[in-house]
Amino acid sequence: MGLDAKIPEGELEKKWSDYKSHVKLVNPANKRKLEIIVIGTGLAGASAAASLGELGYKVKAFCFQDSPRRAHSIAAQGGINAAKNYQNDGDSVFRLFYDTVKGGDYRSREGNVYRLAEVSAAIIDQCVAQGVPFAREYGGLLSNRSFGGTQVQRTFYAAGQTGQQLLLGAYSALERQIALGNVKMYSRHEMLDVVTIDGKARGIIARDLVTGKLERHFGHAVLLCSGGYGNVFYLSTNAMGSNVTAAWKAHKKGAYFGNPCFTQIHPTCIPVSGEYQSKLTLMSESLRNDGRIWVPKKKSDNRKPTDIPEDERDYYLERRYPAFGNLVPRDVASRAAKERCDEGYGVGTTKLAVYLDFADAIKRYGLIEVGKHNIENADEATIIKLGREVVEEKYGNLFEMYEKITGENPYEIPMRIYPAVHYTMGGLWVDYELMTTVPGLYALGEANFSDHGANRLGASALMQGLADGYFVIPYTLGNYLADEIRTPSIPVTHPAFEQTENEVRLRIEKLMSIKGTESVESFHKRLGIIMWDKCGMARNEEGLKTAIEEIKQLKNEFWSNVRIPGEINEMNFELDKAGRVADFIELGELMCMDALNRKESCGGHFREEMQTEEGEAKRDDSNYSYVAAWEYNEKGEEEMHKEKLHFDIVHPSQRSYK
Amino acid sequence: MGLTGFFLITFLIVHCTLNSMIFFDLYDPNDNGQTFNHWAHLFGTNFFIRAMEYGLFVGLLLHIVQGLILWSQNKNARPIKYKVSKYREGKWYSRSMGLLGTLILLFLILHLYHFWTPSRFGGMAGIHKLQETTLVDYNNQQVHDLYAEMKIVFQYPGAVIVYALGVFALAWHLLHGFQSAFQTFGINHKKYTPLIKGLGVFYTVVICTLFALMPIAIYLKWIN
Amino acid sequence: MEHYNMNLKLKVWRQKNAEAKGKFETFEVENISSEMSFLEMFDVLNERLVNEGKDPVAFDHDCREGICGSCSMYVNGKAHGPWEKNTVCQLHMRAFKDGDTIVVEPWRSVAFPVIKDLVVDRTAFDRIIQAGGYVSVNTGNAVDANALPIEKQKADESFFAASCIGCGACVAACPNGAAMLFVSAKVSQLALLPQGEPERKTRVLNMVTQMDKEGFGNCTNIYECEAVCPKGISVSNIARMNREYFGAGTTAE
Repeated sequence: MGLDAKIPEGELEKKWSDYKSHVKLVNPANKRKLEIIVIGTGLAGASAAASLGELGYKVKAFCFQDSPRRAHSIAAQGGINAAKNYQNDGDSVFRLFYDTVKGGDYRSREGNVYRLAEVSAAIIDQCVAQGVPFAREYGGLLSNRSFGGTQVQRTFYAAGQTGQQLLLGAYSALERQIALGNVKMYSRHEMLDVVTIDGKARGIIARDLVTGKLERHFGHAVLLCSGGYGNVFYLSTNAMGSNVTAAWKAHKKGAYFGNPCFTQIHPTCIPVSGEYQSKLTLMSESLRNDGRIWVPKKKSDNRKPTDIPEDERDYYLERRYPAFGNLVPRDVASRAAKERCDEGYGVGTTKLAVYLDFADAIKRYGLIEVGKHNIENADEATIIKLGREVVEEKYGNLFEMYEKITGENPYEIPMRIYPAVHYTMGGLWVDYELMTTVPGLYALGEANFSDHGANRLGASALMQGLADGYFVIPYTLGNYLADEIRTPSIPVTHPAFEQTENEVRLRIEKLMSIKGTESVESFHKRLGIIMWDKCGMARNEEGLKTAIEEIKQLKNEFWSNVRIPGEINEMNFELDKAGRVADFIELGELMCMDALNRKESCGGHFREEMQTEEGEAKRDDSNYSYVAAWEYNEKGEEEMHKEKLHFDIVHPSQRSYK
Repeated sequence: MGLTGFFLITFLIVHCTLNSMIFFDLYDPNDNGQTFNHWAHLFGTNFFIRAMEYGLFVGLLLHIVQGLILWSQNKNARPIKYKVSKYREGKWYSRSMGLLGTLILLFLILHLYHFWTPSRFGGMAGIHKLQETTLVDYNNQQVHDLYAEMKIVFQYPGAVIVYALGVFALAWHLLHGFQSAFQTFGINHKKYTPLIKGLGVFYTVVICTLFALMPIAIYLKWIN
Repeated sequence: MEHYNMNLKLKVWRQKNAEAKGKFETFEVENISSEMSFLEMFDVLNERLVNEGKDPVAFDHDCREGICGSCSMYVNGKAHGPWEKNTVCQLHMRAFKDGDTIVVEPWRSVAFPVIKDLVVDRTAFDRIIQAGGYVSVNTGNAVDANALPIEKQKADESFFAASCIGCGACVAACPNGAAMLFVSAKVSQLALLPQGEPERKTRVLNMVTQMDKEGFGNCTNIYECEAVCPKGISVSNIARMNREYFGAGTTAE
């Protein structure tokens, strides 16, 4: 099957408006008859379900949490980008588009990214209209900050809780549609398979996580808005429940998986403290605006950080990248930290951490304050006190969170940070209309692969999730459904539903019948270690090959030795987790295969064989300027298809931050 | 609850002011409760105050009924109690308004029996009769000697203790109730709420100290 | 931070399902690191229970960074445990010492029925939002975001109210089981913004009606809700809602 991204013809700037003007429409009377299933209620899912409900479609929304408001979009801290140019600093749709393509290390589609930049402004309007309380200036207008090393201020934010506020906005729109009867909500439900009839997605099998019962749901189209798969690494900044199951089931039903190896490792997270660690916590990227990152110049230096004199500290980012210093993009900062720790310069008990130090910033701000208040001959203590107040105002909540977790006061002792898995750029392959290779099956938000290439810029995830849900899918879905108006609702007694439900049931029964000796959690941890060590921040051929073997072995062990307590027909978190981990194991193998295939370094994907003499990433545009779309074929094997990337406007160049 | 509470709070001001007239004796040892009796009579015969008395009973009854409804609804809101329950902020008296209210009600029954029934229904069957004073008021009418009645009641240490306890319960009840009524009416302001809270404490302390001093002063013969 | 290990006794509420009668079960956990989070301590316990072939303790949790509002444990008599302005997922074991006994209970409210062990059903909150916790604006209706300036102080206040995570600790801790803090936070957020103006009256009336229908208790201004709220949502929001409610109740037609 050839891969057609269906990018509209014409000039870049006109593609989306032309598309919208010519796309097929569904009349209101027909919309009422069309049923749509939405999986996941994060930014993409909630906004899509609400918008489609508003249009008059009959929507069913599913989430595994107890309420749609808990989806992990809620945890996004920093902000959301939009090409509003409210700051008069030269921003435009084109610049946002350009930054995103470049930031993605030239592995995304120009057409998609341009559309994303184009609708970004409308997202802010929509959210403000919903009552999302963005930060404002004293004049009552919206405030912006710079984020992720861009040269313009285009990030809208609500303190350190932007994701929460945006999600609650989308959630309230969704709840309104539920109240109006346009959307039916199924919380504590997990999608366990897609039902296809004549090659088209026609519904799902879901499990009620309270009673354990399997349910069949019909839909003229199925939208997967189920988020990313960072938890394949066990430890990540994702929520404990975030999983790949919905996307993976779709993959096994024929949806191609795009660029699975593209993972974003965020440089500033609180490091692992022990084996019991269950998840990692992000400290907003904004901290790098003021904090300086360093390690001791001496290996295994066990002195307290405050006892290490200035000339024995290595501010390695400032040393290696004088132009950008501590503000280099996420992938670069992460790799640099790993490099120092691998060389034995790491700090803390695990030696897998670097310092993020605010002492200089405190002093600098302190001096400014002293000047402002006209204090003459201010002593050291006064300067530090005043400086601390400024830092507290900017980052108080983050410092508080750090102290809660580590028990250390970051105003006095430098923070310890280490990179952690944060986001997955890869996901289900979709065309311009966000449709996967299975007709009627769509993927939105982090669940698809489309807009971020090999590396995502800060504050772009929220933008993409909402763009897909509010402003893309309401148009593109109609183009498909316009031809479905003659399809009446298929009763769920159809043999396809029966068969799929049976497959799901057998798999659950098989899992429960293994009655082995090792817990699901333990398998998940083992998978995480393999993935982190061999398919994490740096990858090489040998490691990836070993990883594939190890994962195969792990899969065998899992299916012969996993122990799941409890019963099927009850609330059983261990069983829920077992299904997810089983899928993660399979995905992990595919990620390694993809990473093995992509013999270049780009964005979050760093192949050790492919680096410059200075240790920087080396892209290979002549051989790898394509999307690797993996098909799970009829033989049960992964087969790669290439979607060649065309760059008509932005010409790929090597990224340099020196 | 807040509305009736406000009403009762206002009543207490009137009640306390009037009763405080007994302390005139301290100022003028020959007063012997005349000022108090005079004002008590005036209030007792004033049409407006008489009408308010019905209002007061209705208000009190409503306050009790609302309290009972609240109590029952709130009890139903948590059918299974916690095994361990500790509080960060919630004060014991805020959580015990029902209990304090019940204590106040019990006290009130005794209080009404002591002073209100004899004054209103003096001489009715079974209810002890109030002494008449020899004092004649400005209109040449004989007035009830409530002052004398106080002296009779408060010669018993038991009564003094019960009254002190009653006032004690009232104090905690008011300490919560005063500021709470404002919150219920949505009167909350960064600047004024601390002021209201302070006023609540002031009100409670003043009213309850005066009330508590009355039986004590009489018992200890500070006033005679 | 000085690190230490501890042995603890846990008394945990166990209940097989909504219909079953629950009881407390006692567990001894050993070698718990002071650096663990409270939920990681439960992970350790559950791992052991699984290995022993027993049913692990079910509890709600997801983000484990104090923002999703899933976690909900009543720890030693306090919603979310001993730390202030904190969710139980962010509570760390250095709050305890060797030999402590910890009693863990689910949220107790007639509107939050227990589903299993420490897991409760909080869909009542969703239904209250459905009753009016939104601005009726369809996608695409919006005008330019800067067309409507909003006084910074009001925007900030609205944000503070909006930072509610919907965990239900306010209900759990309220001696009356009232949900006023949750409801008032949403009412306040929208009442403070011009966007919320057109539906201001119906919103507060409908949301309060739904709240009462769910069986939550009544507010008697004890303010325990504010004290346990992980986000420190102020009870001044409750006063504002009372104001809005009286205003709407007396003027709505």
